Amino acid sequence: MFPLTEENKRVAWLLLSTGTCPRCIFRFCAVDFQAPYKLPYKELLDELQKFLETEKDTFILEAPNPPLKKIRLQESGDGIDNLSQNREGGVSVTEDGSIASRNSYFNVCNVCLGVLQEFCEKEFIKKVCRKVETSGFEFTNLVFSVSFPPQLSVREHAAWLLVKQEMGKQSLSLGRNDIVQLKEAYKWITHPLFSEELGVPIDGKSLFEVSVVFAHPETLADCHFLGAICPDCFKPAKNKQSVFTRMAVMKALNKIKEEDFRKQFPCPPNSPKAVCTVLEIECAHGAVFVAGRYNKYSRNLPQTPWIIDGERKLESSVEELISDHLLTVFKAESFNFSSSGREDVDVRTLGNGRPFAIELVNPHRVHFTSQEIKELQQKINNSSDKIQVRDLQLVTRNSAPWGLEGAMQESMKWFPFVQSTPKTRKSKDDRLIKSMEDLKIDQKTPLRVLHRRPLAVRTRVVHTMETDYVDEHHFRLHLKTQAGTTNPSYIKEFVHGDFGRTKPNIGSLLDVTADILELDVESVDVDWPPALDD
Amino acid sequence: EEALGSLRAGVATLEVAMTTEPAAVAPSVPSLVDRYFTRWYKADVKGKPCEDHCILQHSNRICVITLAGSHPVLQSGKTIKSISYQISTNCSRLQNKVSGKFKRGAQFLTELAPLCKIYCSDGEEYTVSSCVRGRLMEVNENILHKPSILQEKPSTEGYIAVVLPKFEESKSITEGLLTQEQYEEVVGKRITATTATT
Repeated sequence: MFPLTEENKRVAWLLLSTGTCPRCIFRFCAVDFQAPYKLPYKELLDELQKFLETEKDTFILEAPNPPLKKIRLQESGDGIDNLSQNREGGVSVTEDGSIASRNSYFNVCNVCLGVLQEFCEKEFIKKVCRKVETSGFEFTNLVFSVSFPPQLSVREHAAWLLVKQEMGKQSLSLGRNDIVQLKEAYKWITHPLFSEELGVPIDGKSLFEVSVVFAHPETLADCHFLGAICPDCFKPAKNKQSVFTRMAVMKALNKIKEEDFRKQFPCPPNSPKAVCTVLEIECAHGAVFVAGRYNKYSRNLPQTPWIIDGERKLESSVEELISDHLLTVFKAESFNFSSSGREDVDVRTLGNGRPFAIELVNPHRVHFTSQEIKELQQKINNSSDKIQVRDLQLVTRNSAPWGLEGAMQESMKWFPFVQSTPKTRKSKDDRLIKSMEDLKIDQKTPLRVLHRRPLAVRTRVVHTMETDYVDEHHFRLHLKTQAGTTNPSYIKEFVHGDFGRTKPNIGSLLDVTADILELDVESVDVDWPPALDD
Repeated sequence: EEALGSLRAGVATLEVAMTTEPAAVAPSVPSLVDRYFTRWYKADVKGKPCEDHCILQHSNRICVITLAGSHPVLQSGKTIKSISYQISTNCSRLQNKVSGKFKRGAQFLTELAPLCKIYCSDGEEYTVSSCVRGRLMEVNENILHKPSILQEKPSTEGYIAVVLPKFEESKSITEGLLTQEQYEEVVGKRITATTATT
C-alpha cells in the first residue's frame, strides 16, 4: 500500500522536483513503518510519479516557490538543455506536462547522496557480504554499523527547513524529530537483506561488528560555512583529522539561526553528481577473555617481557609462553595479560598457581568446546617446562576480581629460604615465630626500587609464620600475607631487613643477621577463576 | 629487579655438603651487600688520616654512604657518645624531605658536603661526608637512638645516608673513588708504614 496521503502531496512534489529520492520523501513525510521503504526503488519511483501526476497542473499554476520557477522556466521551453546540463539527470517536467525523470534510476538524491538508493541495492549488500565472508571471522550473529559523512546532516537540515516552510503554508508543522532518521530507514531496508545473505540474525549485542564508512568528497565543503558562524563548535582535537565531525556539525546546526542558515546554504540543497564513496568496509570481533592459573618453575623467567632501554634482558616471559598459543588458536590480533599480582623474575610460583586473565583482541575464532580448551591447555603445557597452566577457561569481560577496588581480600603464601648468622636457636625461635599473628611491618620503599618510586613508609601485614628447619643456619619460612598488587616481594626485604629500613624483619625478630637465598610463592589464595576437574 | 638466581648453585652445594656433614658449616654465600652493591672507598677524607668512607652503589645508581672498616670510630675501644645530623646552625640533614617519584625538595650534596658529626667519649669528633654528588634521599635515624648499631653493623643497618646521584653522573661520581682492591692496598701500606715507624 502506498503510504502517502493527500496532505503529503505538496511536500512530495516539491522534494521530488528538487532532486530528492522517494525514500527520503517518505522520511520527510514521517512514514514511520518499514514496509514501503523496502519496495524496489524503481517501483517506488513509478508509484510516486503516478501518485503525483494528477496534481501537477495545479501545483505548477499555484506554487510560486523558487525551485518551481525553474520548472516553469523549463516548461516554457527556454533553456531546457542548459538546465538539464546543470542539474544532470535532475527531475524535470517534460513538454507533454507529465512528471518524469531522465535516467531516473541514477538521479543522485540531494539529501541522502545515494545512501537510500544505490547502497540499498542487493548488489551493494552482496559486496559487503563477500567482504564479511572472506574476512575469516567466525560469527553466529552480527551488528551492522554505518557512518555517514557529516555534510549529510547539513543537507538534511536544509531539506527540513524547506519542507517546514512548505507545510507552514498549509498550517502544518514539522519538528526535526518527526522526520524518520536516515540511519533508521537504512537499517530497515538493509538489515533483512544482510541477514538473508549471511544466514545469521542481526543483533545489537553481537560482538561481531561489520562497519561501513561512507564519504562524499564532492560535497566536502558543505560544512565549512558552519565553522565561520559557530567557531566554538569546531575545536581541533588531537585524534581527529577534521574539525567537522558529525557531532560538532549537529551541535552547530542546533545553534544556528534559520535565516543565517538560509543565507549560507541553498534550500533545497543542490544535486550532486555522484553518490557516496565507500571509504571502508571493516569487520571486527569484540575481545574474548581466557582465564586460568599458572605455575612458574623457573628462576630465570620474568612474568612480562623484561626490556630495559629497548634491550631485551631475557628471551621469554610467562605471558608470552601462554599467550602465543592463544593468539594462534584464536587467530587474534593482539593480547592483554593481567594477573592477580606478580612475582619477581627469580621467584617461583608453586601450588595451584597464580590466577591470570588474557584479553584476546579481535579474535577470528571464538567458539571452542571445553575439550578443545583442554587440548589447548595441554599444548601450552607441552611446549615449556618453565610454566604449567591449569583451569584454562573462557570467561566474560571484567570478571577477574583484580582491578576491582577492595575486592582482593584473599591471602597469599610465601616460602622463603632463610640463612641465619649466627645459627638459629631452633625451639626458642620456633615458638617466637609461631606466636606472631597479623604482624604489622613498616617498610620504607626498598632501596632496589627507590630510584623510580616515591619514598614512603608502607604498612604490610604478615598473617602467620612457621619455620621449617634445614640445618642450624638455614630454615624455610611459611608466610601467609595479604595478596594482591602490593610490592610483589616485600618478603625479600622482610627477611634481610633492607639496611634496617623494613622493621621489624626476620633478623631483628630473631636477633640474628638474616638473608634470603631463594623465594617461592606457595599459593595465591584467590578463588577465581573456578577450579576445573582434570 | 635483582636476581637471587645466581645463588642457586652455591646453595645447592651447600645443602649437599650439609647432608653429608652434619656439623654446621659457616654460611658461604655472598652477602646482601656483595650481591647487589659495588663497594667504593675514599681514604683520609678531607685530609684527616684514616677517616675512610665506603660508598655502596646499587646497580640502580643509588648510593649508601657508610664508614669503611678502617675508620677510627670502628676501632676497638671507641665509644660513640652521640651522633648529630645538625651540620651547621641553619642546616640539619634531618630536615631533608623528598616527595614524589622525582624526589622533589631533596638537599643537594657535593662530594665534600658534610652529612653528620660523630662525637666519641674520648672527646674526638668526626665528620662524615657525602663523597658523591647527588641528592639526599634519607639519613639513618636509627643510629641516633642507638649509636652502637653503627659500630656493630657499619655496612648495613649502621649506614649514614642514602644519596641519589644524577642519572647522567651515575658513572662519573665514582671516578675519584677507590675500588675494593685499591682500598685494601692503601690500608696495607698504612699498616706497613706504622710498623716501620715503630
